[in-house]
Amino acid sequence: MKKPLLVFNQNGIYCPKAKIYMDAWRPVNKVIISHAHADHSKFGHQHYLTHPNSVPIVKHRLGNINIESKDWGEKFTINGVQFSLHPAGHIIGSSQVRVEYKGDVWVYSGDYKREDDGISTPFEPIKCNTFITECTFGLPAFNWKKQEIVINEINDYWKECKANNQTAVLFAYSLGKAQRLIVNLDSEIGKIYTHGAVENLNEVIRTYKNLPKTHRITRETKKEDLIGNLVIAPPSTHGSPWLKKMVPYVTSSSSGWMTFRGARRRRAIDRGFVLSDHVDWKDLIQTIEDTEAKNIVCTHGYKDIFSKYLNENGYNSFIENTPFQEEETIENNV
Amino acid sequence: MFDFADLVEQIDKTNKTNLKVKALEKFFSTASDQDKVWAIALFSSKKPKRSVKTSDLRVYAAQMAKIPLWLFEESYHIVGDLAETIALVVPESKESIKPPTLTQLIKEIKDLKNLDELKQCEYLKNRWSHLNYYSKFVFNKLITGGFRIGVSQKLMTKSIANVTGIDQDTIAYQIMGDWNPEDTTYNQLILSPRKEDLIYKPYPFYLANSLDQDLEKLGSCLQWVYENKWDGIRAQLIKRNDEVMIWSRGEELISKQFPELLEMGSLLNNGTVIDGEILPFKNGKIGSFNDLQKRLGRKNVGKTTLENSPVILKAYDLLEFNADDIRNQKYVDRRISLENLIVTLKNEKLQLSKYYFFKNWKEVETAHCQARINKSEGLMIKNLNAIYKVGRKKGDWWKWKVDPLTIDAVLTYAMRGHGRRANLFTDYTFALWKTNDKGDRELVTFAKAYSGLTDKEFKEVDAFIKKNTLERFGPVRSVRAKLVFEIAFEGIASSSRHKSGVAVRFPRILRWRKDKTIKDANSINDLKSLIHE
Repeated sequence: MKKPLLVFNQNGIYCPKAKIYMDAWRPVNKVIISHAHADHSKFGHQHYLTHPNSVPIVKHRLGNINIESKDWGEKFTINGVQFSLHPAGHIIGSSQVRVEYKGDVWVYSGDYKREDDGISTPFEPIKCNTFITECTFGLPAFNWKKQEIVINEINDYWKECKANNQTAVLFAYSLGKAQRLIVNLDSEIGKIYTHGAVENLNEVIRTYKNLPKTHRITRETKKEDLIGNLVIAPPSTHGSPWLKKMVPYVTSSSSGWMTFRGARRRRAIDRGFVLSDHVDWKDLIQTIEDTEAKNIVCTHGYKDIFSKYLNENGYNSFIENTPFQEEETIENNV
Repeated sequence: MFDFADLVEQIDKTNKTNLKVKALEKFFSTASDQDKVWAIALFSSKKPKRSVKTSDLRVYAAQMAKIPLWLFEESYHIVGDLAETIALVVPESKESIKPPTLTQLIKEIKDLKNLDELKQCEYLKNRWSHLNYYSKFVFNKLITGGFRIGVSQKLMTKSIANVTGIDQDTIAYQIMGDWNPEDTTYNQLILSPRKEDLIYKPYPFYLANSLDQDLEKLGSCLQWVYENKWDGIRAQLIKRNDEVMIWSRGEELISKQFPELLEMGSLLNNGTVIDGEILPFKNGKIGSFNDLQKRLGRKNVGKTTLENSPVILKAYDLLEFNADDIRNQKYVDRRISLENLIVTLKNEKLQLSKYYFFKNWKEVETAHCQARINKSEGLMIKNLNAIYKVGRKKGDWWKWKVDPLTIDAVLTYAMRGHGRRANLFTDYTFALWKTNDKGDRELVTFAKAYSGLTDKEFKEVDAFIKKNTLERFGPVRSVRAKLVFEIAFEGIASSSRHKSGVAVRFPRILRWRKDKTIKDANSINDLKSLIHE
């Protein structure tokens, strides 16, 4: 049996032939970063490689690091192994990693979604023999509506708050979801205010990508300024004194988890909008078909269940454990 | 058009009570009268009889979703609600047709009983494919029963009161009891109830709050009376029109389970309603709640059970006397009538729950400490001058329970929760040490508990469980024995039905003992030693 091109070891996803890791979770020498979320781009590696759109964010988060970038589709070879990055559509700059050696092709998906969200370059399915996929939402209960429909729901909610002289507070992950909302929501309705954690990332992203105007909430921001407008803040601010300034407010959240009524009630928020940066059930299956891969490695999420389903449907699938957090946990730790 | 599914959607979209009330008001001012009656029934836990097996529902839903049954089951364990799972996995309909009314849907569902399986399947799939998400969810809830969606009965009566101008307590009374939404009109139920309909209704129970402040804050010790808090079944015994009824606090008619109390009740005058506690009582002594359970589960009680597990009614209040509703009298005055009634009747099945006066708070504390000796679970503290109110109202009735018994146990199995705890492992099984025949120590299950931790702690335990799962049995996971919790419970009795040999009452988690390892957890013998306390 030939040796697998990529293995999961205690440090991360590793290519032994090229001696390089992907999204390593412990400090290593060389690493390819799929995207700039904290659990995928860890501190402490010697050499980082990622897409140009991720570089400023990774640097902003990790400081002065040794980092190089590769464009999507740009091939580079390490010890005979050919690598290339391809858009994953999860957040700005997020990439899949294609690895080829002597005709054997592996693709590590990172986190991904299929719908064009207007800010991350849309996902491209890559044909391969082995596909390493996330399955955060790998259950048939998750079926996303089109972004346009959800964005309209959020616009309507904002208008309703405005009509009632309330502040619309929308919880969203500071990197990715926040910018996706800012780009797509109807800025005619009012102003978009942001929490510092969100605005810091906006400022980084604006150095290479246009974003609609947003207003940072500071000590000087007055309660009256906020009424009728939209506030985008990380979920961790829910229930914190910081929110006092937004009274009277209506809280909402946008995440794939909002599918579950129980999840909404547990968080004690008023409105839940089902908007995710991960693939839903049907897109997960579509993607696996599109890659034409026969071997499927399932990582974080409902990996056991999804892997069992794939094996029943003629694939050779197995699971690998990673410390990558599910969306929910990350959101609460921002 | 604002129908029941719209109402459920509106309620679901807010966490604010005033908006929920607004939505309910909108429904109760615009819906058809029959839909209103059904909504009242559903929100007061009167569910239509189940006419389709839930196992069939799962099969049909899996077929429509084009997934294997096991995958549907897995999804259900994670979503935590069958109606919701079906609404999520069955593909969203492309065409939208006008949804049928609540009354019509309920009628259709009832009629399903008379169809064969093939026709049932055809009907369900047809409905599923033409309803939007919320209509589908409501439809499924109607089939599976249990309408817990964040509307309390109080919220509902408040909204109806606002819309009709009728007093909220009056509405709470009118919707009590065993009325059938199929043959009850909104007029009869709410707007102008006939006297003869009220005959069969119990009064809304007055419920005490847990004492959450220092005794001294209650003012003078002398304006209160003290009773034992009994651990039985709270019930109203009603005699009207030569008929006797027994209603439990959960609004169930439990007359048939207690024929000896019916017999005693038949000796009362018409127009009498007694509030009290049904207690197991054998050889002149109050028994344990376990004895009562033998009576509850049965439709009809046989002679042997009657002899082996006799009961009494410990009466503590009188709500109707000589056909007069006396709930607005002072507590002391109602008690005088109650005592007279009991003395006159002289029946061993009807006993007075004595009350006590104390001169100072110190004496109250002493009485509280002795509660367990009296076979009671604490003290009731009632204001002498209080009227009998509706529902849980703070201020005049307090319950002060004795401290629970506790033991340190090891978490061994976990299951995902339901409702707001869906997708989180929050339902736990706990074990204690036992030395087996070979002389080895092993962990033996003794109780399940699923409350007592904060949301943050639940999250932490949930993460532990996901990382330390040993085996899966459907929704249940066995977990590496590592975490120790202090488990509290109210009562304890020997039991041959339990593996541990012991049954505990109301087990719940008191706290997470992060300072203890599993070696420090208690043993079954430690637990048994509590029985004689």
